[in-house]
Amino acid sequence: MSRSSDTVTDPLRPDDYVGSAAPTVNQPKLGPLGYLRFFWRQLTSMRTALFLLLLLAIAAIPGSLVPQRSADPNGVQTYYDNDVELARVLDFFQLFDVYGSVWFSAVYLLLFISLIGCVLPRTKHHFQALRSRPPKTPARLQRLEGFRTQELGGTDVAGAVASADQVLRRAGYRTERYGDSVSAERGYLRETGNLVFHSALVGVLICVGLGGGLGYTGQKIIVEGQSFTNTLLAYDSFNPGRWFGEETLNPYRIELDSLDVEYEEQNLNAYGQPLDFTANVRVYDQGAPEGVDSTIKVNEPLREGGNDIYLLGNGFAPTITVRNADGDVVFREAVPFLPQDAQLTSIGVVKVPDGLSEQLGMIGFFYPTASELETGALASTHPDLRNPVLTLQLYTGDLQLDDGIPRSVYALETDDMTQLTGRGTDIESLVLAEGDTVEMPNGLGTVTFEQVDRYVSLDIHRDPTQGWVLIFAVLAVAGLLTSLFIPRRRVWIKATEGPDGGVRLEYAGLARGEDPGLERAVADVAERHRKALEKPGA
Amino acid sequence: MTETLDSLSLVGVYSAMAVYTIAFICFTLDLAQRAAARTKVTKEASERVLVSAGTVPGRHPIGHAKPEASADAERSPISKLERVGFSLTALAFAVHLASVILRGIAASRVPWANMFEFAITATVIIIGVFLAVQVWRDLRFLGAYITGFATLALGVATVGFYVDVVPLPPALQSVWLVIHVLVAILGTAFFALGAALSVVQLVQARREGRGTAGPSWLQRVPDAETLENLAYRVNVVGFVFWTFTLIAGAVWAERAWGRYWGWDTKEVWTFVIWVLFAGYIHARATRGWRGNRAAWLAIVGFSAVIFNFTIVNLFFKGLHAYSGL
Ligand code: HEM
Repeated sequence: MSRSSDTVTDPLRPDDYVGSAAPTVNQPKLGPLGYLRFFWRQLTSMRTALFLLLLLAIAAIPGSLVPQRSADPNGVQTYYDNDVELARVLDFFQLFDVYGSVWFSAVYLLLFISLIGCVLPRTKHHFQALRSRPPKTPARLQRLEGFRTQELGGTDVAGAVASADQVLRRAGYRTERYGDSVSAERGYLRETGNLVFHSALVGVLICVGLGGGLGYTGQKIIVEGQSFTNTLLAYDSFNPGRWFGEETLNPYRIELDSLDVEYEEQNLNAYGQPLDFTANVRVYDQGAPEGVDSTIKVNEPLREGGNDIYLLGNGFAPTITVRNADGDVVFREAVPFLPQDAQLTSIGVVKVPDGLSEQLGMIGFFYPTASELETGALASTHPDLRNPVLTLQLYTGDLQLDDGIPRSVYALETDDMTQLTGRGTDIESLVLAEGDTVEMPNGLGTVTFEQVDRYVSLDIHRDPTQGWVLIFAVLAVAGLLTSLFIPRRRVWIKATEGPDGGVRLEYAGLARGEDPGLERAVADVAERHRKALEKPGA
Repeated sequence: MTETLDSLSLVGVYSAMAVYTIAFICFTLDLAQRAAARTKVTKEASERVLVSAGTVPGRHPIGHAKPEASADAERSPISKLERVGFSLTALAFAVHLASVILRGIAASRVPWANMFEFAITATVIIIGVFLAVQVWRDLRFLGAYITGFATLALGVATVGFYVDVVPLPPALQSVWLVIHVLVAILGTAFFALGAALSVVQLVQARREGRGTAGPSWLQRVPDAETLENLAYRVNVVGFVFWTFTLIAGAVWAERAWGRYWGWDTKEVWTFVIWVLFAGYIHARATRGWRGNRAAWLAIVGFSAVIFNFTIVNLFFKGLHAYSGL
């Protein structure tokens, strides 16, 4: 079989594809253009693709060993706290930002350039192949796969060829007659699938990139009874993409009516484990100014105003009131406390800059179900509110709110402050049950633990290309399935006049790529052909 | 009720383990016996054997599966020991499957929500795929490997990973738990078979390269090229499942964690495995890489799967903290 007659319908492959003819070794002298072409060929060779794929796999690994800024900023901070030198070195090599790093990007961009360079010529070639005719029937079929013969009477050569043509067409082959033989090919979808698969990967990459640039993510804590309006200032934290524009923030308002939590009560191995969180919210937008009731659950985000709103955290927010010595209220707020363990022992910070003789800071511990340990310390034994207790350590001094450096609302810089209560002082921490009011030392005034509500911590996202990523991913799978499981094969049927008046038929096939079922397919064609000839007109 | 069913399920797992062990012994003895038998034959008619062993290294054009007949031709008839081993595997599988189902009933949910459950379910599916694949092709020569693997995995799971039945945390309450994890297990099962075939292929290729008879049990298995084709087909199915796993995982992550991809450690490793197997498929189509090198890639890929399930689950920090330990 001569290769040259094949080249049109063969899928185009890089030089070092296993099936390709060996590349010519003697390189002519290369001009600048020649060098360019040479490098392009290298870049789009199978070997380079393979090398880059393996490199990509290896390059992805460090990101699972070292904490990443995007996913685990606290982990990065821990590295810095433990060993600054090491952390600096790691940071220099962008190991805390592996997936946005120069070297990781270089690998996948090269891979995708190689991919495009490989796929484009193949696509062009494939379009030509789709319009070209199956190749000439080889002179000697017996060398090919699944070769078999049969002799049939009751027909002549022309009739046998016509019926062969029909049988093959019906089996999904594209056919072409060459003299007394039929040449047939099928499975063009295999190459189509492969091209769709590779192109879809490019689609995924582009959409992921665009989505990251156009979208944003933000976090917001809402206490029961409070609400959130979708404006930039209302977010607790906000990470815009590179091309973010404020006009993409749709105006809507979410009010949290209640957060219902269900706990395991029966199974002692999991006693107290939360089973279900339901945030009951009311959503106000232009379509529904009077509000619509809705829920947000883990695994069931709320889709509103082009945003996806996820319930990612929850906790308790004790309402704390501070009065000065004259009894005037100088602070009253529901303060969200951050959970520290599964029983929701939580820590919170209160800052009272004005209204007292000195600035006051408090570090609070909240125990939803407080019980006393043998040591006398408190601990929470259940995450639900069964015996809520709040303890407070007081500090006076400079809260450093005025020096312009942004301070976390969840942290109190106590180095320059004077501790009034709690461990290390003569006075014990203030301990308050719900509704209690206690005197602060030094005649500062009083603190009241009014009530406690739950809060939800919402992640609010906009990712305009998310749906496209999914579409391309599904396309990739479809392409993959077609290209891996649709066989591409050629089959030939040749008819000659038999010795005793009948027709002698030869059948053979040729696989293009993996094709374990070829022999059976040829046998099948022969069988169908025999049947077709035996009852003509069928 | 829950606890009764759970302990019953655990008894089932232990019983299955015992039967797998016996099956493993049968398969191993069978291989050894073949070796002995072969040595005898070789002495008696060394020339004939050498000829039949020497015909192997196929020089078929790419993509041509070797005719089936030639692969089976030199295979000795199925021995009694092997038949016993195979029946025992099927029996153990039935017991094992029953205990997995019991565990599911005990928990009133799919039995793959923590490492212990994942391990017992994954093993039963690996065995199931091994049994089912026999309809397609006789791969019983992998019996020793597969039953050995099952015994080991169940041993580690019961001793190291066992946890009582607890309800699902809210993040896991999703149909995607069913889809994503099931598909991942199916992928793993095919990769497990593929890796075994690749290992045998490498050994076989070495034997063929030397042109000697080599360890005699190898004469029972197909030649290296057939093994490579088998491994490829099995691995490709695994790859498709893995691609589904990746996508289903992303869809689920979007619902549960608010982003479809965040380079969480488990996501990183799922990606690494996917890319490794894409590399494997490419290697098969790259001159100079088909054959041994591609086989190595498949083995590295499956090792990464195991690593992902054990080391990454236990020691790496991330959102997928569902080992239950
Ligand atoms: C993001 C990177 C890539 C991935 C994940 C990838 C993945 C795959 C997969 C899974 C297959 C087998 C399924 C199919 O036939 O469609 C495949 C086949 C193929 N890929 Fe890629 N590929 C990548 C890049 C490339 C590049 C850069 C080239 C060009 C040099 C290339 C050329 C090919 C060829 C020629 C085949 C057919 C192999 C055969 O006939 O068996 N791929 N690729």
